Amino acid sequence: MLQITNLSATVADKPILKGLSLTINAGEVHAIMGPNGAGKSTLGYTLGGRPGYEVTGGSVAFDGADLLALAPHERAAAGLFLGFQYPVEIPGVSNLQFLREALNSQRRYHDLPPLSGGEFLKLAREKAGLLKMDMDMLKRPVNVGFSGGEKKRAEMVQMGILDPKLAILDETDSGLDIDALRICGEGINAIMRRPDKAVLLITHYQRLLDYVKPDFVHVLAGGRIVKSGGAELALELEEQGYEAVA
Amino acid sequence: MTEALPTRNAEDWRYADLAALAPLWPLADAEVVTVAAGGDYARTIVQSDGGVTRLTLVLESKAVAAVYILNAGGTYGRVEVDVTLHDGADFTLGGVQVAGAAQTMEVITTVTHAGPNAASRQMVRSVAGAAGVVSYLGKVRVERGADGTDGVQSVRAMLLDRSGQANARPELEIYADDVKCAHGCAVGELDANGLFYLAARGLGPAEAKALMLQAFIAEAFDGAGDEENLRVLAQARLEAVL
Ligand SMILES: Nc1ncnc2c1ncn2[C@@H]1O[C@H](COP(=O)(O)OP(=O)(O)OP(=O)(O)O)[C@@H](O)[C@H]1O
Ligand SMILES: [Mg+2]
Repeated sequence: MLQITNLSATVADKPILKGLSLTINAGEVHAIMGPNGAGKSTLGYTLGGRPGYEVTGGSVAFDGADLLALAPHERAAAGLFLGFQYPVEIPGVSNLQFLREALNSQRRYHDLPPLSGGEFLKLAREKAGLLKMDMDMLKRPVNVGFSGGEKKRAEMVQMGILDPKLAILDETDSGLDIDALRICGEGINAIMRRPDKAVLLITHYQRLLDYVKPDFVHVLAGGRIVKSGGAELALELEEQGYEAVA
Repeated sequence: MTEALPTRNAEDWRYADLAALAPLWPLADAEVVTVAAGGDYARTIVQSDGGVTRLTLVLESKAVAAVYILNAGGTYGRVEVDVTLHDGADFTLGGVQVAGAAQTMEVITTVTHAGPNAASRQMVRSVAGAAGVVSYLGKVRVERGADGTDGVQSVRAMLLDRSGQANARPELEIYADDVKCAHGCAVGELDANGLFYLAARGLGPAEAKALMLQAFIAEAFDGAGDEENLRVLAQARLEAVL
């Protein structure tokens, strides 16, 4: 589904990704761990097409197409979902309006008719229910005044509504309380654990991986994948730290 | 003898499109509306193909008036509102301006608190696309004895392109004590992080900007009787300058 080959990228002329390669197949869950500043978020932003993140080498194929040739909104429509480490507040724009427009834009991209207001609300209610989020929260402006954990949960509702093929979730677990962690973990499984979908979890801790079991765990350090293994690698890292293991 | 065409030296005409003004000159006198004591008045001004609109309001004791403006069409659009508030009167102005290439849009207000305990609130949201010019010149004058005045000016402008221009000049002239006047004034650009967030969820660049601009202008029309209609008209203008 996703094939990253030798990807290099700079931020503000500073090389951050330095020849990173990673292949993710449909049906798989991958986790990326790594020290602060290693380039994990940079990888997510680069794949999402954030302005200022310049690809200086390598290639990325998403479902066989050249991902890097697409504009950010086209990448989303192609099925890429980027969960933000720091979800952005958008004053004055309600979650419901934003998500309905976003979903309908993605549908238009695929020549599908837009969902009506009623159809959309039904979908939103179902996904909010899955994440145990109050519908009233979705009437509020996007992320404005949401607590850290509420923002992360709201992102999972967004993911449920947009129904991507590949979700890159950047520290979705940070800021979540114990119950919210379980709810989000189960939400990720319900939405994404399917043979035709895949997940890339970026995390510092094992706790989310207890709920969303990874098939592969990678260590990203210095802009590259320096070690890969199975689910047990995360446990090893947690016990021994990066220096000992990677 | 007719009055001479103003020059840029005149404070109130500093940002005007004088070439577009010339054929309109001399201007007709302002329309004068007196709202009787305790009366109510509401007016919507939609300026869609250029020109100068001048309105003078006199609010007698405890009169309430609201003026909503969408200034967004033609080469040069200018809306002048001159309001005098007497004892306990209440005035609301909500204005939205949108200017694209070769367009100059401006709102000029003079709000005089002539009696005590009157309140005025002005909220103007302006958007300048490439090579568009938007201006707000607003004077709040509080006369001697107009104690208990509450005057608010909230002025914000958004530049969609570096070639656009936004001018904002809120002014206070206070001759009374015990006055509460506040003005806020900001010129900015659409938040790049917000735009990327919207794009990452599937909104195209123009859609994302339109959504953020819609939110930006929304509060100016809060409380307008024909709020929905104003929003739809403004949205069409915004989409045209993106
Ligand atoms: N705009 C920028 N200008 C300069 N350097 C930047 C910029 N954005 C990111 N960086 C640098 O890029 C490096 C990688 O940052 P990134 O956010 O990808 O790290 P990370 O692995 O996600 O770390 P964390 O675990 O703390 O979230 C860091 O050294 C960071 O300081
Ligand atoms: Mg990070």
